[in-house]
Amino acid sequence: MAHFEKANSLNEWLDQRLGVNTLQRVLAKEYWIPKDINFLWAMGMVLAITFGILLISGIFLLMYYQPNVDLAFDSVNYTIMQEVGFGWMWRHVHAVAASVVFLIIYIHMFTGIYYGSYKKGRELIWISGMLLFVAFSAEAFSGYMLPWGQMSYWAGMVITNLFSMGSLEFNGLVEWIRGDYVPAQAFLDRFFMLHVLLIPVAIMALIGLHFGALRLPHVNNQNGEEIDFEEEAAKYKSGNKAASKVIAFANDFMSKDMFVVAVYLVFFFYLVFWNFEFAMDPVNFDPANGLVTPAHIYPEWYFLWSYEILRPFDKNIGLIAFAFAQVIFILLPFLDRSPNTVPANRRGLFKYWFWAMLLDMIVLTAMGKLPPQGIFSTIGYVAALVFIGLWLILPIITKLEKKL
Amino acid sequence: MNQTRRGFMGKAFGAVAGVGAVGALYAMKRSWDPLPSVKAAGFTTIDISACAENKLIVEKWRGKPIFVLRKTAEMVAKQDEAETARDVIVDGNHYLIAIGLCTHLGCIPAYREAKTDFKCACHGGEFDSSGINTKAPPPSPLVIPPFKINGTTLVLGESGPEYTKMKEAGIVA
Ligand code: HEM
Ligand code: FES
Repeated sequence: MAHFEKANSLNEWLDQRLGVNTLQRVLAKEYWIPKDINFLWAMGMVLAITFGILLISGIFLLMYYQPNVDLAFDSVNYTIMQEVGFGWMWRHVHAVAASVVFLIIYIHMFTGIYYGSYKKGRELIWISGMLLFVAFSAEAFSGYMLPWGQMSYWAGMVITNLFSMGSLEFNGLVEWIRGDYVPAQAFLDRFFMLHVLLIPVAIMALIGLHFGALRLPHVNNQNGEEIDFEEEAAKYKSGNKAASKVIAFANDFMSKDMFVVAVYLVFFFYLVFWNFEFAMDPVNFDPANGLVTPAHIYPEWYFLWSYEILRPFDKNIGLIAFAFAQVIFILLPFLDRSPNTVPANRRGLFKYWFWAMLLDMIVLTAMGKLPPQGIFSTIGYVAALVFIGLWLILPIITKLEKKL
Repeated sequence: MNQTRRGFMGKAFGAVAGVGAVGALYAMKRSWDPLPSVKAAGFTTIDISACAENKLIVEKWRGKPIFVLRKTAEMVAKQDEAETARDVIVDGNHYLIAIGLCTHLGCIPAYREAKTDFKCACHGGEFDSSGINTKAPPPSPLVIPPFKINGTTLVLGESGPEYTKMKEAGIVA
C-alpha cells in the first residue's frame, strides 16, 4: 500500500489519487501556443465543439428513431418531426451540424496545407486528421441511410456497388456488405449500428490521437517559425509575457479560441433556425422505393468533388480515379518534397499549386451538382484530369523549390 | 532461444490469442453474411403474354427491378444479330428481359419509348432496347436474370434451356 497524507482540499485529494495537477500542467497551463496565429487556428476547436453538438443531438434522435424498413421513415418524418417536443430542433441541429462540419473540415485542411502544418514532426497530426476525414465521411454516409428515404436507398445502392470493384465483379462482397441482394432490413440495421456506435467510438479515439500527435510538435504558426518552446516558456513564466512568443493554452489561448467558437455558434444556430433547408434534401422526403430511381442522384455537397472524379470516366478508370482521390491527401507530407515550412505564398510554384487545387475542388463540386450533360460533362472531365495532374506534379515542383 | 518461464508464457498467450482472434473474426464475418431466409428468397413467376408493345413493365425479383419489354415487329426488324441473340422469344414475340439496374453503379435507367432506348439519370449512361450499353460509363449490357419459359409465363431464378444457351454464348451479363 502506497503512503497517502491526509488531504487538505478536494483538489489535493484528487491530485493524490489522479495526478490532476500534473495533467493540468501538461495539457493546459504549460501547453504553449504561439502568439503568431490567426482565427484559422480556432477551426480545430470549432470542429471539436461541432462533434459534441452532433453527439448530443444524436442522442435525442436515438430515443425515437426506429431502425426498421417499415417504420424508419415515419419515425423520423412523423414522430420526431411532429410529435416529439422540440424533436424538429434536434433533427435540424443534427443535419446542419453534419453539413457544416465538412465545411469546417475543408477550411481546417486547407489551412494546414497553406501553412505547411503537415511536415517536420507534424506528419502524424496530418495523417490522424485525414483518418478523421475518412471516419466523418463514413459517419455522414451511414447517417444518411437512416431516414430510409429515396436518397438514402439509392445512395446506399450506388455506394455499396462501388465495392464490386468494377470489372472484378465482386458481387458477393457487395451482397455481404448489404446482408441482402439489395439494401433492405439487414442493411439498415447494420448501418444503424455503424452510425450510432462503431464509427463514433472510432472518431473519439482518432480525436484523442490527433490531439496527442499535436502535443509534442505544438501547433504551427503564421510564419512557420521554429520556436524554442522551453526558452519562450521560461520568459512567459518569469512574468515577461510581452516578450514571450507563446501563451499558455488555458486559460489564455482558450479564451480566444472560445470567442471564435461563440461567433461560429451564432452563425450555426442562425442556420439551424432560419436556413436549414440546404442540409435536408427534398428527394429524401419520399420513402425508399427500390423500383423507382430519382431523376438525379447526387450526394451531399461535401462528397461532390470526389463524385465528379468518378463520373466522367469509364467504370474501371472512374473507380481507380475515385480511389486515388480518396487516399491521396493522406500522402501529402510525403509527396511534398520541399523542406520549407512557410506559408504557400512564399513557396514558389507551390503557391500556384495551392490555389489551383482549391479552385479545382470548387469547380469539381459545382460540376458534381449539375446534370452530366454537354459542357458540364466536359468541364468536369477536365477538372478531374487537373486534380490528378496536380498530384502527379507535386513531388516535382516541390523538389525544384529553393530552400529558404 | 529464450527459454525463461516468461518467454514461454508470452508465447502461450500469443498462441491462445491467435487462435481466438481467428475464430472471432470468422464468427464476425459469418454474422455479416446474408441470412438463409434472405438467400432462399426464391423464384418469381411472371405472366408476359399480356404486355403491350413498346411499353416497359417492371417486375420485382429478389428485391431487384426486372425489365420486361415486348418489342414491336419494326424494332425486331431493325436490330442486328447481337441484339436479337438477347431476345427472349415467347409465342413468336420478342422480349427484353433484364435486371433493371444500370451496370455502372446500379441506378434504374428510364425507358424512352420514342427513342426505344434506356437512359440512366445517374451518370448519363445509355442502353438500347436489347439492354446493350451504347454510351459510357456503363461497361456492359444489362444483366439477364436466370429464367425458364413455361408456356406464356417466365420463372425467374430458374435456368431453362433458353437461358443456358444464352449463358453459354456469354451474353447474359
Ligand atoms: C472533426 C475532426 C477534427 C477535429 C475535432 C480536429 C481538431 C483539431 C484541433 C483542436 C487542432 C489544434 C488547433 C488548430 O490548429 O486548429 C487541430 C490541428 C490540426 N489538424 Fe485537426 N481536427 C479534425 C480534423 C482534421 C482533418 C480532416 C485534418 C486534415 C488532414 C486535420 C489536420 C490538422 C492539422 C495539420 C493540424 C495542425 C495545425 C497547426 O499545427 O497549425 N484535422 N485539429
Ligand atoms: S449508375 Fe447508371 S450511369 Fe452510373
